Amino acid sequence: MIRLENVSMTYDDQHTYALNHVSLTIEDGEFVFIVGDSGAGKTTLFKLLIKEMQPTSGEIFVNGKAVTRLRRRKIPMLRREIGVVFQNFRLLKDRNVYENIAFAQRAISAPTKDINKNVAEVLTLTGISEKYRSFPDQLSGGEQQRVALARALVNKPSILLADEPTGNLDPGNSRAIMEILEEINRRGTTVIVVTHNHEIVRMMNKRVINLKNGMVANDIQEGGLAYER
Amino acid sequence: MKGNSFFYCLGQGFKGIKRNKVFFLASVATIAACVFMVGILLAVMMNINFVLKEAQDSVSITVFFDEDLNEAEIKEIGKRIEAWEEVSKIEFISAEDVWATFKESYFKDNPELAEGFAGDNPLASSASYAVYFNDIDQQKTIVDRLSSLTGVRKVNSSEVTANALSDVGKIVSIISLVIGVVLFCVSVFLISNTITTGITVRSEEIKIMKYVGATDFFVKSPFVFEGIIIGLIGAIIPLVILFFVYRSAISYIVNQFNTISDAFSMMPIAQVFTILVPVALILGAGIGLIGSIIATNKYIKV
Repeated sequence: MIRLENVSMTYDDQHTYALNHVSLTIEDGEFVFIVGDSGAGKTTLFKLLIKEMQPTSGEIFVNGKAVTRLRRRKIPMLRREIGVVFQNFRLLKDRNVYENIAFAQRAISAPTKDINKNVAEVLTLTGISEKYRSFPDQLSGGEQQRVALARALVNKPSILLADEPTGNLDPGNSRAIMEILEEINRRGTTVIVVTHNHEIVRMMNKRVINLKNGMVANDIQEGGLAYER
Repeated sequence: MKGNSFFYCLGQGFKGIKRNKVFFLASVATIAACVFMVGILLAVMMNINFVLKEAQDSVSITVFFDEDLNEAEIKEIGKRIEAWEEVSKIEFISAEDVWATFKESYFKDNPELAEGFAGDNPLASSASYAVYFNDIDQQKTIVDRLSSLTGVRKVNSSEVTANALSDVGKIVSIISLVIGVVLFCVSVFLISNTITTGITVRSEEIKIMKYVGATDFFVKSPFVFEGIIIGLIGAIIPLVILFFVYRSAISYIVNQFNTISDAFSMMPIAQVFTILVPVALILGAGIGLIGSIIATNKYIKV
């Protein structure tokens, strides 16, 4: 479960709020869209959840851990519970698909015997098995995002955070990625998608948290269809 | 770190080198230049110390004994002096030896004058010990200790020589230390900059590692291994060059400057490299290690 209690984030001048007294709860197994214009605070929220940033005030809890009070050496443990996907995929260009995914397993010191099995599993889940030897430059945008998804999932996180996962994809590939995310969610992972793509939001018909000027403008439960900008 | 992670990080260190050949060459060249300078400095300082040590080793204290002591009693005192830990060796000079040397010097041209002293050594009470010691700074202590011995009449020492040699030794040590520290700091600065340039290219890799939950230690390890490997290679190259340079320098000095080589000898190459090899390897690995830690710290706070 993710809980934000009165979270604010100001920048250097102390007057510009990236987030302004935000409180919200996301239950285990939910599928949530976070939407809003540029500068609404979506990326700040994303960074706060993985403790890339520290809020100016308020408390954040992820799976019972008080993220705001987490010591630096405990951050890796938090991040192992949260898989992250980015708009620009962030794959390592000099490594093939298999190595890009196995890399995440190596980073958490997974036993070598488990790595092959786990990588094969996520490759199948994301439908990219036959390309495991290809390098990122040899893949389409949709395929690269599948690899990024596979990498985010291989450590079996309980939460998946996706920042504009369809931002660089055509409508067909966007839908395909959303289908994979829905399947991941069906298997029990909490999925949080930060997006600008209203068509996708409406199509998925999930909970939508709309941020405006750093505040929650509205929070529509299973209301993607009802969501209008 | 688990065994498989250790080998993974070590392997990544080698792969990092393979992927960034230009950076590797630049780093190795930087470390090699620094280790070469330190190596030359060390070789020169070791030779200065070697010459100083030879000079210090030749300094001795002369101990004379009371006139009523016989040779057996003098030798008994000699045994006690020899057992002192600050004494490296002693040499007994009998009254006959002193007289023979004196005769040789003063009655060389008129040996008949010395005949008058036949059977009656005028220097009968001049038997002495030349006492050599381990550390020139201990001369005063030894002189005091010798003077306090029963049966000792006089203790001769050259305080000026001892002090001068001791001071030169200290100055050389201080200069070596200062230059060594400065060179080390410059090397760490240069190499951390070079490694930073190399790591900037790979900052994305570091960020991704951090996002998937890698610990700082795990993220740093490949870069640290890479730094150590670069450091060791950067140390081996100047060592090989220094070996040939030193060997040529010895033979050049021996052949070209006979007077200098007669006055003092250069430290043997094996002796120099017994110290130089471990120092250069530790220095190279140390520069690589510290440089890579400084450089990774800049990118690890994600």
